[in-house]
Amino acid sequence: MIAYSAHENAQTLIDAASLGSVYALMAVGIGLVFGVLRLVNFAYGQLIMAGAYALALTNNLNPALSILVCFSVVIGLTTTMEVVAFRPLRSASPATMLVATFAISFLLQSIALLKFGALGKPVATLTGLNRPIGNGTLIVRWIWIVAIVVAVVALGVLILLLNRTPLGLHMRAAAADFRTARLLGVRANAVISFAVLLSGVLAAAVAVIMTAEQPFVTSDFALRDTIIVLVGVVVGGIDRLWSATLGGFAIGFATGALAGFLPSTGSWPFTSGVYLDSAVFALVILVLLVRPSGLFVGRGRRAVERV
Amino acid sequence: MKAVRLSRAPLALLGPVALLALVGLVGSFLSDVRAIEFENSLVFAATVIALYVFVGNSGVLSFGQVSFFIVGAYAAGELTVPADAKRSVLPQVFSVLRDHTIGNAWSLVVAALLGAVYAFLVGIPLMRLSGLAAGIATFAVLEITHNIVRNWEKIGPGPLTLSTVPETTDLWQATIGAIAVACVAFAYQLSPLGRKLRAAREDPFAAQAAGIDIHRQRLWAFALSGALSGFAGALFVHFQGTLNVEDVYLEYTFLTLAMLVVGGAGSLWGAVVGALVVSGLDSFLSDAENGDVSWLHAPAGTRLVAVAAFMAVVLVFLPQGLTGAREVRLPRRRRRLAPGTEP
Repeated sequence: MIAYSAHENAQTLIDAASLGSVYALMAVGIGLVFGVLRLVNFAYGQLIMAGAYALALTNNLNPALSILVCFSVVIGLTTTMEVVAFRPLRSASPATMLVATFAISFLLQSIALLKFGALGKPVATLTGLNRPIGNGTLIVRWIWIVAIVVAVVALGVLILLLNRTPLGLHMRAAAADFRTARLLGVRANAVISFAVLLSGVLAAAVAVIMTAEQPFVTSDFALRDTIIVLVGVVVGGIDRLWSATLGGFAIGFATGALAGFLPSTGSWPFTSGVYLDSAVFALVILVLLVRPSGLFVGRGRRAVERV
Repeated sequence: MKAVRLSRAPLALLGPVALLALVGLVGSFLSDVRAIEFENSLVFAATVIALYVFVGNSGVLSFGQVSFFIVGAYAAGELTVPADAKRSVLPQVFSVLRDHTIGNAWSLVVAALLGAVYAFLVGIPLMRLSGLAAGIATFAVLEITHNIVRNWEKIGPGPLTLSTVPETTDLWQATIGAIAVACVAFAYQLSPLGRKLRAAREDPFAAQAAGIDIHRQRLWAFALSGALSGFAGALFVHFQGTLNVEDVYLEYTFLTLAMLVVGGAGSLWGAVVGALVVSGLDSFLSDAENGDVSWLHAPAGTRLVAVAAFMAVVLVFLPQGLTGAREVRLPRRRRRLAPGTEP
């Protein structure tokens, strides 16, 4: 057995928290769209990928300009996706919607592969932020602080927006009961477009943060992360925005922490880092069996408010 | 409503069987290279029909059926590797696997049995879940299966490629295999078990009120689907001759699920049409990329873009799939039903 020092434990927890906060941001984006459209957007990762390619192709520009390009590209793509695919699918079954977003995800991936090749592209926009802070033994990178601050600020703004503005009220109404909200004068298209737009802004932010940590873009960039976040969102409770966000954070934190605590060698079953995925997903099944409507959703309560 | 349509049973079975037989027949007149593409389509058809048995009849999305496919494929592959090749291909496996070699037919049976047992055991707890929770839980099963198969070298080659598997799935075996899977799927959906599950899909509350135990009905379908998936996995490994765990993972799962939904998830006809059309388009475009199609030259890489675009366009314009999730029926004038809102 390997004895862990308090220092190593602290490092593991810091790593885990930073992964969790990026995943939480992605979870907000996925949860917002699910709230108003009842659509699990599997293509969310490809929005992040598009943003990352936008950064990679503008390496020689000023970072601020490059980030601006990234946001425009992602928002443009998100809006197009909404108009071209989500809008006609609004009344389709959830399975059809999900599989349609698979297809869109495949489409964007294969376009990226065709256009930019399989080798990948380096991103140099914010690599400076990947430096550790100070020279202590605990490694804390600037980008983690940025990730956590962006996550907290974005969530705060979103909560204010949803609770304090007429548009937020409309969004909550649309999420609770779309048809009735429309009858009462909520402009459905505006509300949905706005929610999708917000999810695009978050995807662009995630693209900036993730490329600072992994400065190399391939066509499957953020694909695995999106899948993990989708799992986390459902485990946390997809019917409410805050439980979905917590779910995203929790799965990022759990993955990071287990990766740190499991020894790198060992054998079957679940005693080695290579079985990390088995351990995480066994936990997922367990939570789903005990709390099918979500880990952070109160027991026995019907989820009415979805945003 | 569905039950009434099922009463025109013979035609609904004849359609898919005739189409599969036609694919086999046309393939047999073509060169070996082309015939392989037809075999590939038929193996996909078997896989998608197996998926349909659960997803189509229950209305619950499952990402886990490829787990049973993996188990069937590895079991059938490892048990048929010639005895003299086993020590080099599978150096670390349990002696049971190392010391026994069985024939092609038995390996198909073993694969189906293992798939059924695995699906049944997994299904006991998981079939209590519905909706997205069920989807994610079955996805977790896929992740765990993949992770263990990839790393545990006592049950297989781990991350390496399993090779020297006898390539016994020829065009005839693929055709007969796919038709057999279609017949089993059809017999199930006409049986009392299948009808109960389809009733639960249409209205879970009414079905429960009528005394249907939804958990049990879903479990039967899940286990049967597991058996057929294992069988399809065995056909697949004997078709390819090699098997790597990364080949039968996420992309394979999403592709087969997309084939089912593109065809129309609610009918056997939809499963067959979806698998044949999507895999056929894929093969055709790959030929076009290689310059084998005289009237169409596609630049390399367009195949993936075109297949994905095709699937997206079909789903956006025909959310019920190419077949409208209906079984085959004679063309006649009738009022079109409004698109259902299946769960």
